[in-house]
Amino acid sequence: MKTQIGLAALLAALSTGAIAQNFNDPAEFERQKALLTVAPQGPDGKPWEQNLGGEKVDTAKYKKPGPYKLCFSNAGVNNPWRVVGFTNMQAEVDANKADIASFTHADAEGKDDKQISDINAFVNSGQCDALIVSPNTTAALTPAVEAAAKKLPVVVFDRGVDSKAPVTFINPIGGYGFGIQGASFIAEKIPAGGAVLALRILPGVDVLENRWAAAERIFKEKSIKVVGAEFTNGDNAKTKAIVEDYLNRFGKIDGVWMDAGATAVAALEAFEDAGKPYPVINGEDQQDFLQKWKKNKLTAIAPTYPTYQWRTPVIAALRILKGEPVTGPTWKLPQPAITAETLDKFVNDKMPPLHYALCGCEQMANYPARWGGK
Amino acid sequence: MSAVATHTGPSAALRFARGINVGLAVFLVLYGTITVLQPSYFEVEGFLNLLRRAAPLIILACGQLFVIAGGGFDLSMGSLVTLTVLGGSMLAGGNPDNTWWTIGVLYLIGLGVGLVNGLVVTLLKVPSIIATLGMLLSLNGAALMWSGGAPRGYLPENFRALGRLVYRDVPLTGIMPLSVLILIGFVGIAAWLLHATVFGRQVLAVGDNPRAAELSGVPVGATRVLVFVISALSAVTAGILLGGFAGVSTAVGQGLELQAIAACVIGGAQLLGGRASVTGAVAGGLSLFALFTLLNLMGLPQPLRETVQGLILIAAVASSAWRMRRA
Amino acid sequence: MSAGADIVATRPARNVPVAPLLFAGSLALYVATALATGQHAYLTGEGFVGLTQRMVGLGIVALGQTLTILVGSIDLSVANLISVSAVLASFIMKGEPAMIAPAVLAVLALSAAVGLVNGLIIARLDVNPLIATLGVGLILQGLLSASFSNFAGSVPAAFQAFAYGRIGPLPWSVLLLFVLAFAIWLLLSRTRFGAHLYATGGNRDGARLAGIRTERVMIGAHILCSLMAGLTGLYLASRLRAGAPWVGRDGVYDLESIAVVVIGGTLLAGGRGGVWGTLAGVFLFATLDAVFNMTGIDAFPKQVLRGAIVILAVAVYAVRSRGHVA
Repeated sequence: MKTQIGLAALLAALSTGAIAQNFNDPAEFERQKALLTVAPQGPDGKPWEQNLGGEKVDTAKYKKPGPYKLCFSNAGVNNPWRVVGFTNMQAEVDANKADIASFTHADAEGKDDKQISDINAFVNSGQCDALIVSPNTTAALTPAVEAAAKKLPVVVFDRGVDSKAPVTFINPIGGYGFGIQGASFIAEKIPAGGAVLALRILPGVDVLENRWAAAERIFKEKSIKVVGAEFTNGDNAKTKAIVEDYLNRFGKIDGVWMDAGATAVAALEAFEDAGKPYPVINGEDQQDFLQKWKKNKLTAIAPTYPTYQWRTPVIAALRILKGEPVTGPTWKLPQPAITAETLDKFVNDKMPPLHYALCGCEQMANYPARWGGK
Repeated sequence: MSAVATHTGPSAALRFARGINVGLAVFLVLYGTITVLQPSYFEVEGFLNLLRRAAPLIILACGQLFVIAGGGFDLSMGSLVTLTVLGGSMLAGGNPDNTWWTIGVLYLIGLGVGLVNGLVVTLLKVPSIIATLGMLLSLNGAALMWSGGAPRGYLPENFRALGRLVYRDVPLTGIMPLSVLILIGFVGIAAWLLHATVFGRQVLAVGDNPRAAELSGVPVGATRVLVFVISALSAVTAGILLGGFAGVSTAVGQGLELQAIAACVIGGAQLLGGRASVTGAVAGGLSLFALFTLLNLMGLPQPLRETVQGLILIAAVASSAWRMRRA
Repeated sequence: MSAGADIVATRPARNVPVAPLLFAGSLALYVATALATGQHAYLTGEGFVGLTQRMVGLGIVALGQTLTILVGSIDLSVANLISVSAVLASFIMKGEPAMIAPAVLAVLALSAAVGLVNGLIIARLDVNPLIATLGVGLILQGLLSASFSNFAGSVPAAFQAFAYGRIGPLPWSVLLLFVLAFAIWLLLSRTRFGAHLYATGGNRDGARLAGIRTERVMIGAHILCSLMAGLTGLYLASRLRAGAPWVGRDGVYDLESIAVVVIGGTLLAGGRGGVWGTLAGVFLFATLDAVFNMTGIDAFPKQVLRGAIVILAVAVYAVRSRGHVA
């Protein structure tokens, strides 16, 4: 018993001493807020090749004759977003068959330790002209990526690393931008004094924490009443149960803010089953949400974290190996939100429920079959 | 129960009371607290709503109970739920005409999974924890392979109705969710199988002491295979209800196997076999679900909810072990 | 009740040399794949160092798990304890070399305490080990996640040498794994505690009647197992440069450590088996990771294969055992 108490005391002491974690960074919030209004540069209609400002990096020193051997260390394909993204990437590789001799990937299954070994094995294999990395976590993968960058050109995307060693780091605006877009819309559309329920997936995931930090800030600025912030684990059944409980408790929920859209339809169904009017809601660019939005004429918005960013690293790696300059050391892609005006452009009944509309894949070979569409 | 029955033990009524005691007591305390926090749960409608959401977990617990009673574990239930939901959406493709044969195919898949689990344990002599752990990995991979990693279609409305439909204006209760009717039917069959048939007694005998059971003429291998089939069929049933309640997702079954085992244990089942009651499993499932609901209502930070679950789990088992020793 | 006498009322056929067979089979698979795919870099010294490096994290915790399974128990809390240790280490170190020693001591003390709690709940309160350690794991994870939601602190460069440093071509951490394995082998085969551990796992009531204080043996095995989990946490903190509350769970160290122990020929019921089989099981898992990478197989078929291999690897020798298995 004594040890149990001692253990609890030790952990309690730790919890009070825990440092404030850096998920709510006002400077980054302002930066992303500003980026939302920047007009993208680059080819029209190809947002995956565009950028929101940024320098050019000279890559002459990496130039070599093709075709090239590309290697990709993937954090995992453990959710539909990553599945769609990886399909985009494979399609991009196929589209560049002439330049690519081989494309080898290693899947880390969401394990930092394994991804470090995977990257080391790639570097050691001598089979890679360039390495693309989608890190499982930022801090843990930094040393491995730095070591790899000493041997060959590295392109990082989605999550970054704490280092300037990669040739370029590609991602859209980011979590704060997502949170700002969703929360601002809800704040504007709900009736005065309305209640908002926030549904979150998991604590501790950087991009999701950023989304919530931004939304919380916006709601505070606009004096919106947030009646609860609940974690759903991305589980439809749990989402529905939570929303039912809140509807029971408060009678009326006017707005639902979500940090990711996969369970948006389940949340809306809870309103249907309870016989309540739909709330003002933000989802994401998943087809099931877009289809429901269109069918039921919701008051909604869909901020995105576009999966077309999975095409860009392949393009960047090839440019680097050809010695062409690329945007870097950070390459910011546009991150549009789908609104009532642009909904018709993105909704597509032929695509599966969790297909992400901003895949930038509509013109690629084997669309829509390769993405599971009909 | 056979563990007790073979020795001289307390009277049947007392044994029955002991079988359901912990789970039921825990549930009543939790539910009482819930109604204080949210009075709407005090009405019949509130209780039926809770039952509707808890139905999949209770069904899983009843299926798992057979395996536990027989001395084993089934860790593959959760990924079979995932396979059921993803597979159902692939097969039915949103078309209501496909619903009934889709459900038939899903049960056939369940039958196959149960048979493989059972045969690997009985013929290949692989301990059930490892056999079903391997099955967990394989089934999850198979479900994702089949659907390409993300849901590929919708479940038709009449499929969804099984988990979603609520009859309104019912005499006496006001509302009646369809899934609660399915739950009642399922629990009835499970209770009959375990407590009123020769098969049920054989399961408990095998779990208590396989060698003795064999010597007394119990077909040990066949009994073992059957419990895994029952558990797999209950996972398919739970999957159909879950998919109906909330739609398609790839994470739907994650972790359900441990919840089902925990529910059995809170309900007084003895791991490694020999003592089990369906009433206890139902009470255990209800307690666990009531606990989740209560922690939600209390607005406790997410991580601390895990801590509370852990404490309750240990306390429930420790108290029943303590009472067993005093008996 | 221990998992002991009841899970398996049988013993495997004698004289199956699980460890060497498993090791040789895995090695053959690795070499053949490297040759078939033309990836000769995997066959260089550096390639093999990379392969053994994949063994370290799972290997250390699996050595500990071997002890709990041998004694007829099991530990599902290791993954959560690994997370707690990794976070605690980097939180106390905060990048200061002077804090390395206090941090390591704190982690080991905490780990021993968790092992003691596990052992007491199982041996004194008579709670089934699966439920006891599942519960303790949930409690640990809850307290940890309530306090930390991200990488906490960092480890100083000197401590990163634990995971990244080498003596000649051999990484320190790989060396540590083999030293620990050797030490536990000595403990099991050359000490009275080891003999008591086998006796308790083989037949707890019999061991008690023979005068062995089985409760102490059970508690001792759990303390050692938790210490190994703590060491794994330290290794991960060093390798990832900081600890995060999800490292243990994401690594699935609980189920994987049990799987490799059983694949290595240790009876799930306790009483028979040993560390070399476990190491061979860990080697199989590392080999599979490397082989799957070389062949570039997709993530989902990979899961199907891994599940089938886990079952088959155990079935290969278990099938020859007599009696009933649950």
